[in-house]
Amino acid sequence: MSSAPIPFRTRAAAHGFDGVTLLVIPALLLLAALFLYPFGYGLVLSLRPKDGTWLGNYFHFFSDPFLYQTIATTLALALPVTAINLLAAVPVAFRVRRMQHQRLITTILVLPITLGTVLVAEGMLNYFGPQGWFIRTLSLFGLGSPSSVKLVHNYWGVFLSLVITGFPFTFLLTLSYVSGIDVALENAAATLGARAAARFRTIFLPLLVPGLAITFCLSFVQAYSVFPSAVLLGAPAGPTRVISIAAYEAAFEQYDYSLASAIAMIMGAFQLIVVVIVLMSRSLFYRGPAAGAKG
Amino acid sequence: MSARNSFQSLRLDHVGRTFGAMNALRDLTLEIKRGEFVALLGPSGCGKSTALNCIAGLLTTTSGTIWLDDIRIDTLAVEDRGFGMVFQNYALFPHMTVRGNIGYGLRMRGVTKAELERRVDAAIKTVRLESQADKLPGQLSGGQQQRVAIARAIAIDPPLVLMDEPLSNLDAKLRLEMRQEIRRIHKGLGGITIYVTHDQDEALSMADRIVVLRDGMIRQVGTPEDLYLRPARIDVAEFMGFRNRIHGKIAGVSNAPIHQAITIDVSGTMFEGVTMTPMSGHDVTAMIRPDDLIPAEDHQKGIEAVIEAIEYRGRDFFGSARAANGMELFFRSERPVAAGESIRLHADPSKVLLYDGQAE
Repeated sequence: MSSAPIPFRTRAAAHGFDGVTLLVIPALLLLAALFLYPFGYGLVLSLRPKDGTWLGNYFHFFSDPFLYQTIATTLALALPVTAINLLAAVPVAFRVRRMQHQRLITTILVLPITLGTVLVAEGMLNYFGPQGWFIRTLSLFGLGSPSSVKLVHNYWGVFLSLVITGFPFTFLLTLSYVSGIDVALENAAATLGARAAARFRTIFLPLLVPGLAITFCLSFVQAYSVFPSAVLLGAPAGPTRVISIAAYEAAFEQYDYSLASAIAMIMGAFQLIVVVIVLMSRSLFYRGPAAGAKG
Repeated sequence: MSARNSFQSLRLDHVGRTFGAMNALRDLTLEIKRGEFVALLGPSGCGKSTALNCIAGLLTTTSGTIWLDDIRIDTLAVEDRGFGMVFQNYALFPHMTVRGNIGYGLRMRGVTKAELERRVDAAIKTVRLESQADKLPGQLSGGQQQRVAIARAIAIDPPLVLMDEPLSNLDAKLRLEMRQEIRRIHKGLGGITIYVTHDQDEALSMADRIVVLRDGMIRQVGTPEDLYLRPARIDVAEFMGFRNRIHGKIAGVSNAPIHQAITIDVSGTMFEGVTMTPMSGHDVTAMIRPDDLIPAEDHQKGIEAVIEAIEYRGRDFFGSARAANGMELFFRSERPVAAGESIRLHADPSKVLLYDGQAE
């Protein structure tokens, strides 16, 4: 009995390739055109500085305090903002999870995302500005004056705006991770004598850590690339001269695209370092499914 | 701890729970003695899980009180009740080993390390999981996970063990094994086990006493024999496997030794049976198990019907047939019969339970 050869389709399907696989082609093309090519182009461009030495831009960046200090400035904004957003999102998510009108609450909390950073910045300039309601209310009760409380055009202006625009994003991600934990686990812990704090520490926290790490990374990346609010609400010449401003100035004020590309590469590298550190720390914790067991 | 474990009884006094306008549990009054294994039995939505959760403290009651001897417990928080609970989906902590799961309750109680080791070992031994002790729940089979869930609940030495359909996720063979296992563990603990199930076989084979619930109310409380042989109501009978519900009219009364025997007229066919309830009128409902409705050898006896479907069950055949008046009958036959055949079905009078009225 001669066996017929196995058709190509069947063999390909056994390796995970079938008709559906072809559907990823548009995405791959898009990725190549909009990310891979520009990234490669930028990398090559950054290695062709005006002075001719191929690492010249990078030496320049790390020898000029006005440039390399932007890294510290950016991290000083992005790290605490991300941490605060995450710390605030966890309790809110726990509370919202148990609410009946979860959708309404979620919609209200998510609204700032739809506004965009510029609108939020404009609003904050008025509200927190020297003549804004916030300062006026403070001075009405003798708690401060426009000269003693300054919340715009400095570090705190950018900080606040990043918290406001970043929180909904952090919250949404956190909520999805928190809701992913089976309620029965908490009930089981309670019947075994664990009080709320112990339940959080021994059940929820270990199961949430991997998700919170991802949330931290995504929120951090968002805060790290801050540009509009750093310009509009900060002091872009000094305390909030973040790395994206440095890149912008190099590109569009000095017309040194090569240096701008190098700054962008450095920006990406530092971002990657933080993300990798956070993701690697996940391996210290349990990373399996957060459900009780087989359903 | 020891004072709690020398308790004598758990008492539910008119316990009720509403969800908005819905009465999930009404007026549940029940006393369970130490050492008893009680099954809460009923179809889904009957309130059995609500009752269990109220006892556990996972749900607050909206009326009534719950007592462990003279300690009122319905006002205590879940974590202060100290009852062991086995959840339907086991609810094992996925990030802790078997040992970690089982020792969780003891760690929360702050027992010493040596004591903890000893008691976790004992619990692991009770459920025969010695070789799996250091695995994570995800690495265990469904049956092993079930054992971990039981061990975790009993490790804290609870006066009450509450089980919420613990076997419903297991395959048939494992279910049978675990029934005996759970009985054995219950005997070893000597406390109260309350077991929620919708499976009457499970309740019959495991429980000392069965509480049948329907629409949030107790319909009957009794031993497995009581429920199997003498269901007090039509709906309980139906739930206990009396699938044939036949409406008839009283045609004659005689006094048999134990029960009053009545002959009923079902569209011209006479059925004799025993009364389960006082009769208020002429209308009677007869309940018969498919097991007990069999082909009549005598061509004068029984109700005539045409076989519609036949199922082979090894030792005998089970089938459904339709009588001339359109009624569907479920029967058992030892000899092979075929669909389309005409057949006369009858039952021994002692197996025909008669209830007042033709409700529903």
